Amino acid sequence: MFGKLTLHDIPFDQPIIMATCAAILIGGAAVLGLITYLGRWRWLWTEWITSVDHKRVGLMYIMLALVMLLRGFADAIMMRTQLVLAGGGHLGYLPPEHYHQVFSAHGTIMIFFVAMPFVVGLMNFVVPLQIGARDVAFPVLNSISFWLTAAGALLPNIALGVGEFARTGWLAYPPLSELAFSPGVGVDYYLVALQISGIGTLLSGINLITTILKMRAPGMELGMMPVFTWTALGSNMLIVASFPILTVTFGLLMLDRYLGFHFFTNDAGGSPMMFINLIWCWGHPEVYILILPAFGVFSEVIATFSGKPLFGYRSMVVATLVITILAFVVWLHHFFTMGAGADVNAFFGVATMIIAIPTGVKVFNWLFTMYGGRIRFETPVLWTLGFMVTFVIGGMTGVLMAVPSNDFLLHNSLFLVAHFHNVIIGGVLFGCFAGMNYWFPKAFGFLLEPRLGKAAFWCWLIGFYLAFMPLYVLGFLGMTRRMNHYDNPAWTPYLLVACAGAFLIFGGIVLQILQLVVSIRTWRSRRDLTGDPWDGRTFEWSVASPPPVYNFALTPEVDGLDAYWRAKGAARSESPAYEDIELPKNAPAGFLLAFCAVATGFAVVWHIWWLALGGFAAAIAVLIASSWRAHAEYVVSADEVADIERRGRITAGSPVCIRA
Amino acid sequence: MTDTASRAPIQLRTPGTDVRGTVGPWSSYLTGFVLAAALTAASFWLATGHMLTPASLVAALVVLAIGQMLVHLIFFLHITTAPAQKTNILALLVTLLIIGLMVIGSLWIMSQLNVHMMPMDRLMQMQR
Repeated sequence: MFGKLTLHDIPFDQPIIMATCAAILIGGAAVLGLITYLGRWRWLWTEWITSVDHKRVGLMYIMLALVMLLRGFADAIMMRTQLVLAGGGHLGYLPPEHYHQVFSAHGTIMIFFVAMPFVVGLMNFVVPLQIGARDVAFPVLNSISFWLTAAGALLPNIALGVGEFARTGWLAYPPLSELAFSPGVGVDYYLVALQISGIGTLLSGINLITTILKMRAPGMELGMMPVFTWTALGSNMLIVASFPILTVTFGLLMLDRYLGFHFFTNDAGGSPMMFINLIWCWGHPEVYILILPAFGVFSEVIATFSGKPLFGYRSMVVATLVITILAFVVWLHHFFTMGAGADVNAFFGVATMIIAIPTGVKVFNWLFTMYGGRIRFETPVLWTLGFMVTFVIGGMTGVLMAVPSNDFLLHNSLFLVAHFHNVIIGGVLFGCFAGMNYWFPKAFGFLLEPRLGKAAFWCWLIGFYLAFMPLYVLGFLGMTRRMNHYDNPAWTPYLLVACAGAFLIFGGIVLQILQLVVSIRTWRSRRDLTGDPWDGRTFEWSVASPPPVYNFALTPEVDGLDAYWRAKGAARSESPAYEDIELPKNAPAGFLLAFCAVATGFAVVWHIWWLALGGFAAAIAVLIASSWRAHAEYVVSADEVADIERRGRITAGSPVCIRA
Repeated sequence: MTDTASRAPIQLRTPGTDVRGTVGPWSSYLTGFVLAAALTAASFWLATGHMLTPASLVAALVVLAIGQMLVHLIFFLHITTAPAQKTNILALLVTLLIIGLMVIGSLWIMSQLNVHMMPMDRLMQMQR
C-alpha cells in the first residue's frame, strides 16, 4: 500500500531533525491559523494562488526564494559550527550521515530554490514592465511554471522529516548516487524534486523568450531594450538550451536507479564520467543563467543612481551575448582532473579565461557609467558597489583555477568552495538584493527602510569576507570540501573566523527581516506616490506603484533607448482616449498541478505506484480541463481604466502614462 | 483565431490569446503523424531484426533520427523558409550551433577519457 514507506522512515531518534520538523509544523500551522483568523483564504486564493498576473507570479517566486534562503542558510550555519567543533580528534555534533545530507541539501536548495526562483522572479516582474507589455506571452503557463518550482522546493523539505535527503553533494555524481552505493530514498528525493522544478524552469524560459521577442511596445527594436531585458533574454536562451540536458541526464540516472539500466554504473558498460560530462553541459550554462540577470540589475541600478545613460550600451549587449554563447564551450573546467589529455584541458582552460574579457568589459562599463555621474548612495547602489569589488576578486580566483595545472592542486579543495561562493554570493545574491531594494517600491507602492537596508548590506559584505577569505587559505593548506571532521589543528583558527563571518551574515539576514517588518509597519509614511521614486530611466517607472493589473493603460510608444527618461517633462495629454482592455482570468491550473506533482513525486520516491499513476493521471486531467476553458479573459472597460488611472494620477501627481 | 485578434497589434491583445501561425491545416498534422510513426516503426524494425551489421545499423538509425527531426520541424512546428519565420530560423540555427558544440565537445572529451583512463571496474578492483 505505501511502497517502501514505513513509520521507521521518520527519524524519531534524531533530536535535531525532530525539533526542526516540530518548529516547521508549528510555524506552518500558525501561518495557516492566522490566515483563517483573518479570514483571508478567499483573498489568498483569488489574489495570489490562482493569479496569472506576471507581477504576482514574480513576487511569489521571490517570496519562495527568501523562505528557502532561510532553510539553506540554516544548513550553512550547521556546517560552519560543526567544523569549528570537529577538529583535533573531536567529532562535532553532526554525525557523517547527517552532515552529508546537510551539505547536499545546502547546495541543492541554494542553487535551485533560492538563486533560480529569485532571478526568475525578478525577470518575471520586471521584463514585461520594461518592454511595455501587459503581461508575459503565456500567463497561465507562467503560473504553472511557478507552482512546479514551488512543488520541487517542497520535496527536499519533506525529505527532512520523512526519510532522508541525498548524501551525494549537490550534483549527485555517480557511482555514489547509483543504487549500489546510495540504496536509500535520498537521491530519489533529489532527482524527483529537480525534475519537477526543472520542467517549471524550462517553461518559464520559453515564456520569457517569447515575451521579449513578441510583446515589445511598438517602436521598441531589440537595440532599444533596457539592458536588464537583454540579460534576461540571454539567461532564458541558456535556460531553454541547457535545462533539457539536465532533465535527460537525471532521467538516465533514474532509469539506472529504478529500472536497473547501466548508463552511469561501474559495471555492464556504464560510464560515470558521462554523467559528469553531461551534468556540466547543463551546469556551466546554469551559472550564467544566474549571473546574467544580476548583471542586468546592476546595469539598471548604476545608470539610474548615477543619473547618466549606461556607458557603452552596445558593448554591454554584445558582452551579454558573447557570454551566452561562451557558456557552452567551457564546461570541462569543472573536471580538468578527470583524465582528459593536455589538448582538451588546454582548450577548455583558454576558453574559460576568454570569458573574463566580456565580463571585464561590463565592469569597466559600470565604472565609466559612474565616472562623472552624481551618484546617490541608496541601498541598491551599496549592493552594486559591494558586488563590483567582490565579484572581481571571485573572477580572478576563477581565472586562477582556469589554468589546468593550478586546478590539479585546487580541485575539490576549500579554495574552490571559496571561489564559487565568492561569485554566487558576491554576484548573484548581491544582485538579487540590489534588485529587491530597487524594485520593491514599484511592486508594493512604498519604499524599504534605507538605514536597516544599509546596515544589512554591511553585515553581509563584511560577513562574507570573514566567512570565505579564510576558506581560500584553508584550500591552500590542503583542506578538502565536504569534510565532516579533521585532525589538523592549524585549520581551526581559520574555521573559527569563517564561522564568525557566517554569524555576521546571519545578523545581516535578521536586519533584512527587520527591514521588511519595519517598512511594512510604517508603510504609510514611506509611500511612493510618484511611481518613479528613484528618477528611473525605463518604462516600469512610468506607471503607478504598484502598477495597475493591466500595467499600461495606453501602450507606450518607443523611439529609442531610454525613451521614458527622455519623455519626462514632455507635455502629456490630460484626457487620453482609453480603450477596453482584455485580461486573462485567474487560473487554478498551476496550483492544482503543483499538488499533483508533489503527490506523484512523493509516490515515485517511495515506490507507491498507485499514487504515482493517480497523481500523473490527475495532472493530465487538470491540463486537459484547463485548456478547454472557453472564457479565459475578462474585460476592464475604458471607463474603469480611466477611473483607475485618474485615481493613480491624483494620488501620484505624476505621469501614469507617458504620452497619450 | 478571430479577425479582431489578428488585426490588432500584438501588444493590445490579451496576453496569451495570440494563436496566429500556431495552428496549421489538419492534413499537415496527419501527414506528419503518419511519417513520424513510419520512421519510428522503421527504426524498431531495423534494430530488432538482424539484417544489418552493427555499424550500418547505427548509420541507418542516425539517418532515420534526422528524418524524424525534420518531420517534426516541418509538419508539427511548421518551420518554413518564409521571410516571416526569420526568428524561428535564427532560433534553429542557434540550437544547431549549441547542439554541435555539445556533441562534438562531448565526443572529444569522452574519447580522450577512453584512451587515458582504465575501465571503472578494473580501477575498483585495484583499489581493493
